[in-house]
Amino acid sequence: MTDIITGDPLPAPPPRRSFLRHNRAALWFMALLSLFTLVVTLLSEAVGTGLISTSLVKILGMTLCLCLVAVAMDVVWGYCGILSLGHFAFFGLGGYAVGMWLMYARAEIIIRDSLATAEIPPTEAEVADAVGSQIFGVVGSSELPALWAFAHSLPVQLAMVVLAPGLLALVFGWLAFRSRVTGVYLSILTQAMTLALSLYLFQNDSGLRGNNGLSGLQNIPGHLETPQAVIAMWFFWGSALALALGYVLFAWILSDKFGSVIRAIRDNEARVRFLGYHVESYKLFVFTLTAVISGIAGALYYPQAGIINPAEIAPIASIYLAVWVAIGGRGRLYGAVLGAAVVSLLSSWLTGGGAPDINLGFYVIEWTEWWLVLLGVGFVAVTLFFPRGIGGLFDHFAKER
Amino acid sequence: MHPPPTRSLAKALKMLTILRTFLGLVRRCAIWVLVLSGPTLAQDGDAPLQPVLQNVRDEIANPSRSSVDRVLDALTNSDATGVVDFLRAWQDRAVYTDPATGLFYYAREESGDLVLIDIDSGAEGATVSTRDVEHIRPNGGVRREVAASLVQFEVSSPDPERRRAALEAIGRSPDAEQIAYLAASIGSEPDPEIRARKERLLTLLSARFAPDVEDRVAAIETLSGDVSTEARAVLSQILATRQRIAESLPQDVNMATVLEIGSDLGVDAAYGRLVDAGLAPERTDTDSILAALRANVVDGAVGGIPLHQLDTEEARETAYRALSADGLAPQLFSDAEVADAVGHHEFFEEYVEPNEEITDAARAAVDGTGTRIAIFEGLSLAFDALSLGSIFFLAAVGLAVTFGVMRVINMAHGEFIMMGAYTGYVIQLFVPDHTLSLVIALPMAFLVAFAAGVALERLVIRHLYTRPLETLLATFGISIALQQLAKNIFGTQARPLTAPDWLAGSIALNDIVSVATIRVAIFVLALIFLVLLLLVLKRTRLGLEVRAVTQNPGMAASMGIDPDRINMLTFGLGSGIAGIAGVAIGLYAQVTSEMGANYIVQSFMTVVVGGVGNVWGTLAGAGMIGFLQKGIEWFNPSNTLVAQTYLTLFIILFIQFRPRGIFALKGRAAGD
Amino acid sequence: MLLEVSGVSVTFDGFRAINDLSIAIGEPELRAVIGPNGAGKTTFMDIVTGKTRPDEGRVRWTSHGIDLLKMSESAIARAGIGRKFQKPTVFEEQSVRDNLSMALKNRRDPFSVLFWRIAAADHARILELAEEIGLSNRLADRAGALSHGQKQWLEIGMLLAQDPRLLLVDEPAAGMTPSERAHTTDLLRRAARTRAVVVIEHDMEFVRRLDCRVSVLHEGSVLAEGTIDHVTRNQQVIDVYLGR
Repeated sequence: MTDIITGDPLPAPPPRRSFLRHNRAALWFMALLSLFTLVVTLLSEAVGTGLISTSLVKILGMTLCLCLVAVAMDVVWGYCGILSLGHFAFFGLGGYAVGMWLMYARAEIIIRDSLATAEIPPTEAEVADAVGSQIFGVVGSSELPALWAFAHSLPVQLAMVVLAPGLLALVFGWLAFRSRVTGVYLSILTQAMTLALSLYLFQNDSGLRGNNGLSGLQNIPGHLETPQAVIAMWFFWGSALALALGYVLFAWILSDKFGSVIRAIRDNEARVRFLGYHVESYKLFVFTLTAVISGIAGALYYPQAGIINPAEIAPIASIYLAVWVAIGGRGRLYGAVLGAAVVSLLSSWLTGGGAPDINLGFYVIEWTEWWLVLLGVGFVAVTLFFPRGIGGLFDHFAKER
Repeated sequence: MHPPPTRSLAKALKMLTILRTFLGLVRRCAIWVLVLSGPTLAQDGDAPLQPVLQNVRDEIANPSRSSVDRVLDALTNSDATGVVDFLRAWQDRAVYTDPATGLFYYAREESGDLVLIDIDSGAEGATVSTRDVEHIRPNGGVRREVAASLVQFEVSSPDPERRRAALEAIGRSPDAEQIAYLAASIGSEPDPEIRARKERLLTLLSARFAPDVEDRVAAIETLSGDVSTEARAVLSQILATRQRIAESLPQDVNMATVLEIGSDLGVDAAYGRLVDAGLAPERTDTDSILAALRANVVDGAVGGIPLHQLDTEEARETAYRALSADGLAPQLFSDAEVADAVGHHEFFEEYVEPNEEITDAARAAVDGTGTRIAIFEGLSLAFDALSLGSIFFLAAVGLAVTFGVMRVINMAHGEFIMMGAYTGYVIQLFVPDHTLSLVIALPMAFLVAFAAGVALERLVIRHLYTRPLETLLATFGISIALQQLAKNIFGTQARPLTAPDWLAGSIALNDIVSVATIRVAIFVLALIFLVLLLLVLKRTRLGLEVRAVTQNPGMAASMGIDPDRINMLTFGLGSGIAGIAGVAIGLYAQVTSEMGANYIVQSFMTVVVGGVGNVWGTLAGAGMIGFLQKGIEWFNPSNTLVAQTYLTLFIILFIQFRPRGIFALKGRAAGD
Repeated sequence: MLLEVSGVSVTFDGFRAINDLSIAIGEPELRAVIGPNGAGKTTFMDIVTGKTRPDEGRVRWTSHGIDLLKMSESAIARAGIGRKFQKPTVFEEQSVRDNLSMALKNRRDPFSVLFWRIAAADHARILELAEEIGLSNRLADRAGALSHGQKQWLEIGMLLAQDPRLLLVDEPAAGMTPSERAHTTDLLRRAARTRAVVVIEHDMEFVRRLDCRVSVLHEGSVLAEGTIDHVTRNQQVIDVYLGR
């Protein structure tokens, strides 16, 4: 300790650069996302040449939403160390919140149209009753549950997109972190929460149409005449924007001391406590924020998917989410995007019958049957041999250079 | 449930003696028995039957529900011989008639033709073609009537099977007339079991139909505390009520309850009853208002209000009142008027049974039964919970072993359960005998799952000991792959794993408490495993080493215990138990590729609630979750999904207060 | 008194780790706590920092008599008690600068931290600390890349960055070379000029060099207290600890 370096005892702090310039990965990501959006737009049916079909635009738009929820998952897991098996439930809640408005408003338009020709105009109660039986006839009910009290109001339901997952995450997280449940216990607990939620939604009297879920969400009230090609384009742009904003938000949050603290919590939360940080608050903040972003992603996803049902929320969905992030590479945001995009696109290509079967002579490998086996085994291989995932390859190349 | 062997032996001997005496009696004077058996029977005198039959010839030859009574009356009131035989034959469609003479015959088939048998003498007569005689075929309704009528003869039949069948018939459709002949038949009943049944039926019948009030009350009192379905049905029939409305409460009825408007009966519902009873005019509802409005549109307006303004309830009501003021529609009643109409009436329920003494006795009896029913229902619930708990225990204990010893979460545990179940299924394909196949399946399932577990540990988990969260994920991957693999091999539809016959059915304590035998077997299996596991862990070298590794792996290794080997064996053991659990679960549920996934979360809950690394903890956890789930289901029986939702919520809250489970390791040993 | 522990007992599974322990630390003061294995030294620190809740007894902080037993670990740390663990625990995935920056005495609530941007004073403080612990030229390196001794110093640096009124240091010299030890002694003695420092140590030479009041712990309570020479002459101490 004698070799003290000589230096200015009171140097000026390093010039504070804009965090985006500091964060080259985020810049690259934005550039590529913009380019991708532009290409898809130019090749779409609605705006461009039509090389990309509307259904493909929808799939790509949905994939962007999945990338966003994967980014959120990466923040909560890869950075904060909470292997949440509940973030797809938050995603689903966002979808349900916006789906309620989509379904209600569309049913109301249809009902009003059909009653418009009646001699005596309908009362509001009659319209509500008719909407109720239109939506809930399928579960043998005709009354709108109390849950739907604000379903007619787009602003309220949009607020619910944020509030429903946010509040659930806040309450659940508060309970879980307060009692210092960590590690695998916490994972199991989040899985239990997801299971409870999906079981609840599966009931016919849950007020959300049981296992029928909400459907017809691709029809946007007020734009029922607009072709799906155009609507798909809007949602694609919306999803791209949401992904970009979400990515930048998280990159900013993680860029400075806050990121330092949550990574420290991941590595040794007891030590962070003795530094004087209230670890629970940080976890709760990250858990809730990522839940809210997941909800927003879900709210953009399900109008493109057209249907949401409780099976979407089942624990296995959240597990797949973790699988994507792990394959993409934890602890780096672009890794999550990469994993979600590659695995979900590959999955829909292989299970959608797009991929040719492989004939071995004695046995024909059908991808619809073998994809999950491949995914499972591949995932184990990634965990064992490439714990850094696909994103880790970038590091490798960076080092080579 | 079963009497001890010595007692049943004594019983059998006694029965034998009675039977021998009885048979001797029958041989000597069969007619005596029949006479003894029923004072209501006027038949079996020595008059011939054929003339009696001829009196009701048309009704016998063309039987129908409406005419069967006349036949039965004529026959049972006659003193001819062979009435019972004839009725049986008639019922069995074994009576023929010669269209030429109109006489009835029995017949015996012989090489496609019929040998006619005289009804009275039993002598065989002419052989005729089936086309020459008419075969009498009473329909189902007639045959039931005949059977009911035969009951009075059958209760005294020398054949115990017939007597039992007759008693069953009485139990199904009791009526007042049965009392007399049933009572008469008891004295001569040789079979103590049937005799007891007769006495019981007589009590049940007397409670409802005995002519004497005292007899009825006495019978009703003996039913107090009787939890059987039939006894409770009898009591509730005695206590049947009907709804009544009157301006003032009458004094001369056997009052059950006076309904309080508001608390017992809503005003609207009460008014509905008034309308049903014709005591008040129907209330105009929104639909009929709308209909009336539609019917009275004049120049784009109704009652002076333009149509486009009729989009609120208030506007419509105003228009309607205008209509009814003009006499164009019935009057619209206000809520006050409705309440007034209801207020002028008393609503009450009276017992169908007019005698207060009897209904009082029945109510007392029902009250007496209530407590016992509650106790038995609680017992039944406890059995259900125990059985569910033992399934959870079986599913979770393997997990508890691996998690406890190795701190490794095996998400593929559910798939090991599935593997065990499919092993059982495959073995049943080759070994059709269910008992034998089960005996083979249990160890095979253990071996298959053990091998799979060891393979998983060697190939994957071993490399991830320092990364527990990644073990969780990697085993997820295995779980996904195994599930899909099972789908590819066995298809998506459920496969049966059939329990042997001796495990089918159920063990019933009484009409309330009964447990499926298979569930008892699973409970026993769980017990066996608890004991085995405890023995292995506490009494064997392996157990000692396992415990050493659990408590301090470093120290264990330095004492020459190979943790690698222990980990491998422990993982195999835990997985093997999952395989056996699979067979057990497959026996009572069905075998599907997703069956493991259905249990995995519950299994984890069990382990977490119980406390990690403790077999007793798992037992406590499984018991608690079993009882909780059944308890919640009891509150809300319609929906098991609700129970699971609340259960999961409860567990989340439970972990708040005991984050390390019921049997938590404390202090430094718990680590952080 | 800055810290006053009185009548504290704690039991783990029937084992009485701390038995009616009473100890008081003034400000400023340098205090060494010695004792054989299992004497309850680390458990004592666990209790003061809020990691372990005692079964009975009181722990008072500052002259205001603040009850530490009602506070969470993080609140205790914010109240001015810093702790260094026996095993060096720094955040190995992060740079030395980030490690120090996290420990700086700034507001600790999530929102303040989220909008925190480094100020000139913070920057200067980091450089100053880095110099003190001899890591000035390693600020940008990953903490995981440091040597064992450097990690110990980094942890002490983080402790100083918190600017605590009481430092609890668990075996700071473990695994250090003699010259590193000497430097550590200097660091601690310097720190003890303005604040209270409690050092748990096995190494009697190290304790002797600290030249401070010594408390000897045995079976969960204080056996003797005084200068190192005083306690080493105490027959009981010799029996249970030194004389082995």
